[in-house]
Amino acid sequence: MQQDAIRFFFERFNLTYSDIDNLLGAALLRGGDYADLYFEYRLSSSVGMEEQIVKSATKSVSQGVGVRVITGEKTGYAYTDEIAFEAIKRAAETASYIGNSLEGTQSYAVNATPNIHNLYDVETPVAALELATKIELIKRGDEAARKFDRRIREVQSGLADEIKYVMIASSDGRLTGDVQPLSRYSISCIADDDGNLQVGRSGGGGRIGIEFYEDEQSPEAFGHEAARQAIIQLEAIDTPAGTMEVVLGPGWPGVLLHEAVGHGLEADFNRKETSAFSGLIGQQVASELCTVVDDGTLPTRRGSLNIDDEGEPTNRTMLIENGILRGFINDRLNAGLLKNQRTGNGRRQSYKHMPMPRMTNTFMLAGQDTKEDIIRSVKYGLYAVQFGGGQVDITSGEFAFSASEAYLIEDGKVTAPVKGATLRGSGPESLKRVTAVGNDLELDQGVGVCGKDGQSVPVGVGLPTIKIEGMTVGGTKA
Amino acid sequence: MAITTSKEFASQLAGEAVKRGASAAEVIIKQRREFSVGVRLGEVETLQESTDRGLGLRVLLDGKQASVSGSDFSKEALDDLMMEAIELVKATSPDDSAGLPEPEEFATVIEDLDLYDEEIEGLSAQEKISLALRCEDAARDVSPLIVNFEGGGFDTSSGSFILANSLGFAGEYRGTSCSIASVPVASENGRMQRDYWFDVRRKLNELDKPEDVGRIAAERTLRKLNARPVETQSVPVVFESRLAGSLIGYIFQAASGESIFRKASFLYGQLGERIANERVTIADDGRIRRGLGSRPFDAEGLPTRKTIVVHKGIFENYLLDTYTGRKLGMKSTGNASRGLVGAPGVDSGNFYLEPGEHSPQDIIASVKRGFLVTESLGFGINIVTGTYSQSAAGMWIENGELAFPVQGVTIAGNLREMLNAIEMIGNDLEFRGSVVAPTILIGKMTISA
Repeated sequence: MQQDAIRFFFERFNLTYSDIDNLLGAALLRGGDYADLYFEYRLSSSVGMEEQIVKSATKSVSQGVGVRVITGEKTGYAYTDEIAFEAIKRAAETASYIGNSLEGTQSYAVNATPNIHNLYDVETPVAALELATKIELIKRGDEAARKFDRRIREVQSGLADEIKYVMIASSDGRLTGDVQPLSRYSISCIADDDGNLQVGRSGGGGRIGIEFYEDEQSPEAFGHEAARQAIIQLEAIDTPAGTMEVVLGPGWPGVLLHEAVGHGLEADFNRKETSAFSGLIGQQVASELCTVVDDGTLPTRRGSLNIDDEGEPTNRTMLIENGILRGFINDRLNAGLLKNQRTGNGRRQSYKHMPMPRMTNTFMLAGQDTKEDIIRSVKYGLYAVQFGGGQVDITSGEFAFSASEAYLIEDGKVTAPVKGATLRGSGPESLKRVTAVGNDLELDQGVGVCGKDGQSVPVGVGLPTIKIEGMTVGGTKA
Repeated sequence: MAITTSKEFASQLAGEAVKRGASAAEVIIKQRREFSVGVRLGEVETLQESTDRGLGLRVLLDGKQASVSGSDFSKEALDDLMMEAIELVKATSPDDSAGLPEPEEFATVIEDLDLYDEEIEGLSAQEKISLALRCEDAARDVSPLIVNFEGGGFDTSSGSFILANSLGFAGEYRGTSCSIASVPVASENGRMQRDYWFDVRRKLNELDKPEDVGRIAAERTLRKLNARPVETQSVPVVFESRLAGSLIGYIFQAASGESIFRKASFLYGQLGERIANERVTIADDGRIRRGLGSRPFDAEGLPTRKTIVVHKGIFENYLLDTYTGRKLGMKSTGNASRGLVGAPGVDSGNFYLEPGEHSPQDIIASVKRGFLVTESLGFGINIVTGTYSQSAAGMWIENGELAFPVQGVTIAGNLREMLNAIEMIGNDLEFRGSVVAPTILIGKMTISA
């Protein structure tokens, strides 16, 4: 993978090792602690259908090089969309302006550094499928959703895939590369029962091969799931607002962990001391039932990477261990300034963006309880199994989430579906109120996109069934 | 190796696609130069500079369409891209509504809407850094409780947009923008709060003074200190301009042809009906001089225009591009927008709630007991059903005055009922963005603790 990527850039764009060395020299011409070059070539395509016809087919090529120079806490960044020595050199000179010394004529020599991981060595990536085969996949989902119930009116299904070649050269002498496949199937539908309109969504994917969509993650399964969610919502009653026990289902509800805790543990916020978790390493930040990790090394997962976008191998990083805050999510800049270990979490949306500390796959480890016992233990509460999206203010710790599928729990039994439930709370407080953790850890199906400072990256989330006490539920009715 | 980009070049490329077998083709070229300085704690933290350009090609063949994009302008790369497009289009399905606009609809005069500022192009890096630092300094000077900054900075952007198609339209315009922002952190009693303030304009001389932006950012942050929840109750709610703007943004989504033709909007089937009280007039105007959402022609080459969406409470017009117009048996309103790849979609020009006559201070003074919303969190809005539920923060109002900061509450309602319950509209409309509204007072909403 690493060799393939390096060869790809060298051959396609006529680059040599000495070109790379010279470009790093140009970036550090005015001094600086560190420089890197991020080469990216991305081929993406998509097909989409709606109203039972194939309405869209797209293909794009995106390519460029980002040059970064770091000096202390300062970063200079420039990029070019032309992968050619002269254009990259101009970008390097622009990025070098952050440097403040007149000398910097050191020479640099990079060597290819092999990757430790090989997490998505797929035989045939989804990108290699014939267009007709992709169209067949989106048709199957569409048909399955329509067949599920006659009240399913509108269905949109789509398949997106990409192959991304990256190569990273750094002034500390490393040249790394990776070829990263990614695919995502998505389907949404509207159920219409005499003017009562409800939406359902499903999908899945990852850094996967074509076999993925033929196993249990079939287009039919996604179509059914989207339709099922929409139909259930037709019967949903208003959510009662108030403070109550909340049970989160396994899998995608881990998005709450991602927002409420994960972002607050990103090292940039902690270096700047603007996170509600700043300065709490070694302290109790969650109930002792909670152990939370960020793991970029899970094979074929959407959030996984062989190397991060700074060329560092990804890791399994312990964030919270039995309730104690153990570590942060680090990139190079912040690990250096905080004197932490790098964790392989320096990620960026594309060559147009500077890397930042970002999550990969973030989840809570399984506990002891069964889901049935957890639900049975709740007298009156909410059981939330699917979420739309959420947001966090990392400084105050406040977060908010919208559940897209949730039910009341009454006397230990799951009863009526509710609509419009939002969960609200404070990141550092809510995990302290976790009173049960299930034995049923699941990761999400591979559709997550995380946004930060205008940059989007694919991520994974996961959770076992958990119970949180005293959670604020905002409903559509007071 | 690279070919100079021009509207003639774009026209020629569209013509070439037709020669290769497309029945019609459309080319867009976007070019952009950006500069960004980030400062923190009196120092430059980041300097970023970039130039990029990209090309998108949409081809049509017997009612089918497909699109491709790339940034390599070499002849070989463009040839490959064109062949890909022709291959792709064969695989899609015929769609009666897809296609270029009718030739008589295209803009014939490309009016200069004053979107470009030489002065922005002429700023030196040092001047940009100085603007950003002045903003942060002003914020710090407001109070010793401003102990930290998440960031802040000054950004500029300058770009051009070229569109040409095989029906003979070719147009080009350029524009600039500059923005300034500060994100201070205040701390008291061991609890931190952050907020931000910003300004963004087409022209440098219209941008608020860095000192004013910094001061407002600090004041907004300070007043959040020691925020607390309030009990569940139904009270009048004032949405300050920034929040009223995001509320109006949901009305745009609901009135967009894309939601309407899918019947996925609470405004579906409501054309000609009363959807708000008579105080409410909402318009979209793509031709406001110097407007951030202004452009002389839309992404299909149609002239932009002013469309009254809601007139004194009556829902009068959808916002449409050619495709959604045809789906609904109507004409485009000149609201097509597009990225490099993909078919056009519907976007706003400058979408706004018409201002009323009350000052924001008068509006707050009129409330005996209520809530001023200054921030919201979450995605609790459903355009299909119109339900609205957001985690919110702001200030409690007692006897017409701001009493204490509030955090950790949910405000819930229904967009349609909210539009009907707008009792006062402020005179403080500012085009600090392309979807904007003045301060509004909603008669009653549920706030839950």
